[in-house]
Amino acid sequence: MKNETKVERKSPREVVITRTFNAPARIVFEAWTKADVMRRWWVPASSGLTLLSCEMDVRTGGGYRFVFAAEPEPMAFFGRYLEVVPCSRLVWTNDESGDAGQRSTLTLEEHGDTTRIVLHELYPSADALEAGKGAYDGMAETFAQLDALLPASAA
Amino acid sequence: MVQFSRAAQLDAAFAALADATRRGVLEQLGRGDASITELAERFDMTLTGMKKHVGVLEDAGLVATAKVGRVRTCRLGPRQLDEVTSWIDRYRRLWSARFDELDQVIEDMKQKERAQR
Repeated sequence: MKNETKVERKSPREVVITRTFNAPARIVFEAWTKADVMRRWWVPASSGLTLLSCEMDVRTGGGYRFVFAAEPEPMAFFGRYLEVVPCSRLVWTNDESGDAGQRSTLTLEEHGDTTRIVLHELYPSADALEAGKGAYDGMAETFAQLDALLPASAA
Repeated sequence: MVQFSRAAQLDAAFAALADATRRGVLEQLGRGDASITELAERFDMTLTGMKKHVGVLEDAGLVATAKVGRVRTCRLGPRQLDEVTSWIDRYRRLWSARFDELDQVIEDMKQKERAQR
């Protein structure tokens, strides 16, 4: 059975995502900090989207940059790592929307053979969250629609 | 209207949503129709700049425009963002898709580790 992904709006400026994985924290942490691993799940295969490049310099002050194929020009998501604590905590900025971007804090807690992650996204204002969710709408819709497209294109 | 493939349309929608101003325009149009002039004022932009943004949104199907007299009115397009679920449901769907994929990746990583022992 799949573990549940929980998404909650904690306050006008905050969204919190929680999920449990059946693996020790060091493996889950590796999945968030190694580019060759991250690119395998950040853009699920089922999405049909193309990740052109994925660069991550995971250390305090280091940057990351994901570039997707899009028209009329490729689209980049980028930011900086503010805190890197192996196996337990990762904090980064999301700078593609300028000052309106959220700060993401990922914490990992190991419980026996499982790891619970909490991804906390703090926006500079309620307005920024409201505007930012437009992008999530688009992305989630993209995933959902491409899921729907797949059987047709396979036939 | 030019018929783009669905994948190209999705790419266009995705690119259109990458910009904070355009997301703001969608948010604004969600509250009610507006003319390009009103949108330009609201977002403190030139008319030309706003026309470009609206053009990108229109190409993606996110916004539809109609000219009545001398005023071009914008409203949300056929590709409505919240026709079925609230944004938080959509967001959950996105993260569920990612994390279900991550489950697989993690299983692979665990197997590799075991094999190395």
